Amino acid sequence: MTTKEVRTILAQIPDPEIPVISIEELGILRDVNFENDECIVTITPTYSGCPAMKAIEQDIVALLKENGIHKVKVIYIFSPAWTTDWLNDAAKEKLRKYGISPPEKTTADKSVLTGIQKIVKCPRCNSENTELVSQFGSTACKALYKCKDCLEPFDLFKCH
Amino acid sequence: MEKALFNYLLRLADSSLIIGHRLSEWCGHGPVLEEDIALTNIALDFVGRANALYEYAGKVEGKGRTEDDLAYLRNERDFFNNLLAEQPNGDYAQTILRQYLTDAFEIHFYEALSTSKDETLAGIAAKSLKEIQYHLRHSSSWMLRLGDGTEESNRRLQNALNEIYRFTGSLFETDENDSVLIAAGIVPDLSAIQQQWQKDVDAMLEKAMLKKPENVWMQKGNLQGKHTEHLGYILAEMQSLHRALPGVKW
Repeated sequence: MTTKEVRTILAQIPDPEIPVISIEELGILRDVNFENDECIVTITPTYSGCPAMKAIEQDIVALLKENGIHKVKVIYIFSPAWTTDWLNDAAKEKLRKYGISPPEKTTADKSVLTGIQKIVKCPRCNSENTELVSQFGSTACKALYKCKDCLEPFDLFKCH
Repeated sequence: MEKALFNYLLRLADSSLIIGHRLSEWCGHGPVLEEDIALTNIALDFVGRANALYEYAGKVEGKGRTEDDLAYLRNERDFFNNLLAEQPNGDYAQTILRQYLTDAFEIHFYEALSTSKDETLAGIAAKSLKEIQYHLRHSSSWMLRLGDGTEESNRRLQNALNEIYRFTGSLFETDENDSVLIAAGIVPDLSAIQQQWQKDVDAMLEKAMLKKPENVWMQKGNLQGKHTEHLGYILAEMQSLHRALPGVKW
């Protein structure tokens, strides 16, 4: 099996906490390589303490085993640091449909430092009349918002 | 050089682990749900960073010690974390103050460290820096809300400041490892960081209507493994499982 084929297989693995997008689309899957007969898969966490990493590692090992690859090593890298810039438009649309407001700007946006609130659209009714409830949401990569028009709470995928 | 880097990595990893553990103590006890989630999210960032630093420290040392060995099988005197990190949570004002003083330090420290000539360390720092921006924004907003809030919230924050300001000097403690690593371009000079930190903190205290304690004797000694009485209890709680069942894994 070639590294490209392995990568295609691994691209099916959903993110354990946001199952509508895969670890490939999210940018967690960084590299696939073979050293002799061992398959080396490199992944990077969204946030340093992301608790989903162990689950992702297990998913990778299990899926490759099903496909006949038994010697697998999963390694973690921190550099280059994960960024929401790696999410393409198709992945962002999947997030929106799932009820998570996708990151809209690139990380060059410094509003997280200046404290100026950005316009965040409600993923359900598209209203811009929303407010930040908490900067820290159900997972490290999301913030909690509320729509003041349809009154639904929703997650914002933080621009990072 | 390896020895100096190993010691320095332990210093950073220990500080991250201990404050991360402290924050995790709020899990299920936060004053409101959003704050409970915020503090445990921040705790995860610190513990995750500690994990990466310990793993690298083990590699640098070259004796086959893993991140678990370094976290769970060292005694109090072998921990080099800053003294601020181990201070008890106290009330919410004390936790917020401890966090703000730490974040205001880390934002400058990890930015400088992200240009380290050591690529692994620079990578960990660049990753952490993104997270520290959120931490600082969170703790800063609460400093203002509590300091410029009610009479009681201001009093509590001022009490916390009077109680723990004396441990901030240990954020900037240096030893012979610093000079070796600064010369090699691996770590920043803490005296420059201290000036930036002091400027930011002074401005924040003024905005939050707090009085900086005067003539404070700064408590130090962490780089020689000398700690306040609180660290031993944290380690006892954190290490007991691993010591009862050596090598235990999930």
